[in-house]
Amino acid sequence: MSAADFEMSNRPRRDYSLVGESTRRAIETGLASAEWYHTEVARKTMKELMQRSDAPAIRDTMLWIGLILGSAAGAITFWGTWWCVPFFAVYGVLYGSASDSRWHECGHGTAFKTRWMNDVVYQIASFMLMRNPVVWRWSHARHHTDTIIVGRDAEIAVMRPPDLLRAALAFTGYGDFRHALPALLRQASGRLSDDEKSYIPETEWQRAVVAARWHVAIYVATVAVALYTRSFLPLMLIGLPRIYGSWHMVLTGLLQHIGLADNVIDHRLNSRTVYMNPVSRWIYWNMNYHVEHHMFPMVPYHALPRLHALIKHDLPAPNPSMWHAYKEAWPVLLRQLRYEDFYLKRELPATARPYRHEFHNMAVSAAAE
Amino acid sequence: MAEWIEACAAGDIDEEDVMRFDHAGRTFAVYRSPDDEYFATDGLCTHERVHLADGLVMDDIIECPKHNGRFNYKTGAAKGAPVCVNLKTYPVKVTAGKVLIEIE
Repeated sequence: MSAADFEMSNRPRRDYSLVGESTRRAIETGLASAEWYHTEVARKTMKELMQRSDAPAIRDTMLWIGLILGSAAGAITFWGTWWCVPFFAVYGVLYGSASDSRWHECGHGTAFKTRWMNDVVYQIASFMLMRNPVVWRWSHARHHTDTIIVGRDAEIAVMRPPDLLRAALAFTGYGDFRHALPALLRQASGRLSDDEKSYIPETEWQRAVVAARWHVAIYVATVAVALYTRSFLPLMLIGLPRIYGSWHMVLTGLLQHIGLADNVIDHRLNSRTVYMNPVSRWIYWNMNYHVEHHMFPMVPYHALPRLHALIKHDLPAPNPSMWHAYKEAWPVLLRQLRYEDFYLKRELPATARPYRHEFHNMAVSAAAE
Repeated sequence: MAEWIEACAAGDIDEEDVMRFDHAGRTFAVYRSPDDEYFATDGLCTHERVHLADGLVMDDIIECPKHNGRFNYKTGAAKGAPVCVNLKTYPVKVTAGKVLIEIE
């Protein structure tokens, strides 16, 4: 393993707004909407890997909904006693974490073969996550166009220099919640931010507002039921799991890109594949194969292990565990507190084609101007 | 002035698949439908500059490999977010086992 370090003196800090200086630079240099590196895979093989199937997602979705209903039933039954705690613990993760991977895969349209099934699960999962289904569909499209390109990517979880307190708060769920709810309220009031307007076509703005209003209406109804029944229980079932159950989403999701390069056009430099236990992989729907997902976003979650086996000769070695990945990333984050251009550059196997650096070097030198 | 340009041999494309064809600085996507008919469109997605030939053909739909943008490759119609602009289509004919595209 090796690390790259760059002189930082007199460099301006990164501008993460989507309408600022970094945006302008990314567009001018050709870093935005660039053609990315991808491992060569025979067309016939890729076509097989991209094939859709309803069966795996129907099985997983029925299990997911069944576990949600079962844990909710247990939590309601034992409400008022300590016995409800383990049921809420399970319910929370299914609601606040597993929904993220369902939102993600259905947003790509790759979970199910049948289109409407993707759309239904996408809408439900978006609500659970307090994510505007219109806004986030477009933000995620941008994330795939310009992955970790500063000034372009709307979904950079840990910016540089890293705000470690914010990252730690994310595990409590509160860190994200305090942004998600106000954003939803703002959108419901008819206002989209300049950043949002930068990646959502104008023809979709009104749809985003309407979607936010539906979400807010359901939350208002939930609060009304809680007040009427004088019980906290409705909120524990709808809304609050977004806080107390999101830790697993953060645990797995943060590893996707932290500590790795930004402003590159090679997903091997900015994304991370981590081997995980089967439970986490089920909750996360195999997004631990993250380099593979970014290189080939149309490969369904259930085919990612096969894709990984096929192209791992061209990728950095995966982290063998989440613990290993965090242990690897932590010192990099600490170093970025002082030198924000510092990043982890992992070694490629001898069988791999070299990294594409050209845009990275250009972007960094441009940032020094 | 429009002219017929040979894109590939008919057998070069599997049924329900797509192939990239570059000509005179332009890029096209040539499709073979499940019914063994041939079609052609512009090669790049109208949402971002991504080659559709790397995407997935399902019935009469081509799905962009990057963002799941979907087009009817027979008509060029965009089928919803994130694609909003239709694809340009081109006349195609098969002559003596060759797929020809009429390009202006």
